[in-house]
Amino acid sequence: MTYAFLQNYWWCLIALLGSLLVALMFVQGANLHLGNRALSDTQKRMILNSTGRKWELTFTTLVTFGGAFFASFPLFYSTSFGGAYWVWILLLITFVFQAVAYEFQNKKGNLLGVKGFRIALIVNGVLAPFLVGTAVGTFFTGSPFTVNKLAIADPSAPVISTWGSGWHGLEALGQYHAVLLGCALVFLCGILGALYALNNIDDEAIATQMRRTVRMSIFPFLLMLLPWLVILLVRPGYAVDASGVVSMERFKYLHNLLQMPAVLVMLLAGVVLVLYAIWKGGFTASRKGIWFAMPGTVLVVMAVFFLAGFNGTAYYPSCTDLQSSLTLRNSSSSYFTLKVMSWVSLLIPFVVAYIAYAWHAMDRKKITPEEIQGDGNKY
Amino acid sequence: MDVVIWSRIQFAMTAAYHWLFVPLTLGLALVMAVMETLYVVKKDEFWKKAAQFWMKLFAINFAVGIATGIILEFEFGTNWSNYSWFVGDMFGAPLAIEGILAFFMEATFFAVMFFGWKKVSPRFHLASTWLTGIGATISAYWILVANGWMQNPVGTTFNPDTVRSEMASAAAFWEVVTNPVAVSKFCHSVTSGWVTGGIFVVGVSAWYLLKNRHLEFARKSMLVGAIVGLVGSGAVMLSGDSSGVHAAEFQPMKLAAAEGLMDGGNGAAFTIVPGIQVPHMLSLLATHDWNGFVPGINDILKGYTDKDGNWVPSVAEKMKRGRTALDALEVYRKTDDPMVKELARTTYLEPNVQYMGYGHLEKPEDVVPPVAVVFWAFRFMIGLGMLIALVLLLALIAIWKDKLGSWKWLLWAAIVCIPLAYLTGQCGWIVAEVGRQPWTIQGLLPVNVAISSLSAGAVKTTFFVFLAVFALFLVIEIRILLRAIRKGPEVELFEA
Repeated sequence: MTYAFLQNYWWCLIALLGSLLVALMFVQGANLHLGNRALSDTQKRMILNSTGRKWELTFTTLVTFGGAFFASFPLFYSTSFGGAYWVWILLLITFVFQAVAYEFQNKKGNLLGVKGFRIALIVNGVLAPFLVGTAVGTFFTGSPFTVNKLAIADPSAPVISTWGSGWHGLEALGQYHAVLLGCALVFLCGILGALYALNNIDDEAIATQMRRTVRMSIFPFLLMLLPWLVILLVRPGYAVDASGVVSMERFKYLHNLLQMPAVLVMLLAGVVLVLYAIWKGGFTASRKGIWFAMPGTVLVVMAVFFLAGFNGTAYYPSCTDLQSSLTLRNSSSSYFTLKVMSWVSLLIPFVVAYIAYAWHAMDRKKITPEEIQGDGNKY
Repeated sequence: MDVVIWSRIQFAMTAAYHWLFVPLTLGLALVMAVMETLYVVKKDEFWKKAAQFWMKLFAINFAVGIATGIILEFEFGTNWSNYSWFVGDMFGAPLAIEGILAFFMEATFFAVMFFGWKKVSPRFHLASTWLTGIGATISAYWILVANGWMQNPVGTTFNPDTVRSEMASAAAFWEVVTNPVAVSKFCHSVTSGWVTGGIFVVGVSAWYLLKNRHLEFARKSMLVGAIVGLVGSGAVMLSGDSSGVHAAEFQPMKLAAAEGLMDGGNGAAFTIVPGIQVPHMLSLLATHDWNGFVPGINDILKGYTDKDGNWVPSVAEKMKRGRTALDALEVYRKTDDPMVKELARTTYLEPNVQYMGYGHLEKPEDVVPPVAVVFWAFRFMIGLGMLIALVLLLALIAIWKDKLGSWKWLLWAAIVCIPLAYLTGQCGWIVAEVGRQPWTIQGLLPVNVAISSLSAGAVKTTFFVFLAVFALFLVIEIRILLRAIRKGPEVELFEA
């Protein structure tokens, strides 16, 4: 195994974890319905309990995504987390509130009331996909940072990665291209959430609402996604040559797509699957749309990560100092660390298998109003 | 105050807060797994109801533990940017493994355990309960591997090309994973969680007995709690002993601070409280030798000959050598001349690299942690830990001799011990973490170069935001927990 092979392998795993995270953000999307006036309180409780059995999976995927990124490409972690401070802190806080909102919201003595925690879940439902999407969007627009490893020898200013904007991450909100992706992701998660609830909950009124949501989300979703994709393919990109020198290349991401036909196929297949799922969920009596939408989402997001990092591309470019841009080669962990972790990664299929088994065992019986009104454990 | 201080305060607060929830998770997981096993083996519905009650409390506590865990993970990057680059090669791996191996196990089987009573078979459910606790325990192992490495950075070497500590071989990972500091820290932390869980169950049960409620439930729960807690106490003492030996070997300054030992020597005495000393005891504990040499703070500052006869240079000397290493690094990275590069690396950098962190210090006294804080935290930890062990033992005797009805004072003592158990745990971490100041990585990276390039104001703002959020969650958590305890087992917790 060569060093470059291991770096690529770990970029594949990061892409996989990132795409699973987005697919699992159906939790965030479904939670938006906690504010849906057309649903009764019991129906909202059913949605809450339906996502309540899955939110930890999404949350754990986020934690593992962060941990794996830290482990395999630590320079990204130190540069982006320390630099785009406010974005990550904001994301963190919405997730922290989400984590306690399930357990606390229907308990007496919770101070914020049912409503307070529902608002927290809705805020998380919007901000989490938006911030994750915008952050991934900056993989293509670039961020204002410099990396100088020698700084560590300078006691007066020892920090290696420094951020050029006092907004510390919030400046990305001024990058309309990145923001488009953030917005697209909010609607995508809304669709995923609706398809999930449609499948997981045995209630006709909820099903009607979910189908409506799917139909209503198509237009805004595509209105955000398609311009993002078109701009991506025509914009100049950050190319890196064999010696590690970064330069701007016209139509870089279009070239990537054409030079990596497998990624093109992934992207198209993913889009087709998502659209098929939308059609199934929004316009037919089927409840199985989610089983197409999630793999579709995984394929699309992985393709996006591959466009950002493979084929001689700087995946986390600096728009203020080109040569500070992060590439798979200059930001990774050492050969031995990647190798050891690659052995550990062989356990992933095993982990996925037991998650699938437990999920299947739990979801054999769909969530019903009786379960919510009964005396078993619930949120 | 500058950004270094605010970053430290924020991280310390998050870590301390996180540790309010973890020990109870570890301890209650064992208690309820034992109870559910009794249910499955004895087919006695009583144990099912008992397990379900403690599980409810577990779930209330679990959520905040998860919520604060992710903050710690993110803060490594957001507030300790240099640190996360410098150690990422080693530190990231345990964190990633923790995610892959432990967190998914915890998350998946927690959902089965909590919601699956009527959805899966009793055996699958029992397995899920155990796996939730095992997942939590495995997660503790990996994060303590990372922490243990910061205390005793084994298995890595500094690479001047990448400017970080790197694993030098695949075998080095084994060294990191079996780091003796990590192993004893893991045993100490997890079993202290069993003590917390044990005394929590004993204390809550004691309250029911005092109120004359749920008597059978309380007595039987108390028995399980006392046994779990006592097993934990024994293991805490054993692992605490090896933690002391490791501190003496790898972090003598921490030990000196914990003992308030200014001038060390052979056959050093152990100070119980100022003025009361046990002769030779410190040497015995720290070196397992009646006359073993234990250096004091002044010895470490001035340089000394350790128990194996090796000369340990003074801090001033280490600082000088650390600066040489940093200067050599600068030459190495700036020059294009391969001869100069090689010379800088082999002659100046490598012989001094183990002291590189000292090159960042301003004065030798910077290596002395806040002695009074560490000294007293150490004493509170040991004293309270022994008190709790005693109460657990008495509870066991009381159950055995059927004295629970008459030993009312013991029931009160058990209740008082619940907050004391939390205090003990906090004191333990204060010894471990404040005691190793100023290092984020022992000898290699002091806190002032581990930070992110942020303004003090930014970190101050997030500190107060987190403080408000944490305070809010703590109040809610305690209110809900107390309400659930007041209602007792088999009672609906939800609003109608």
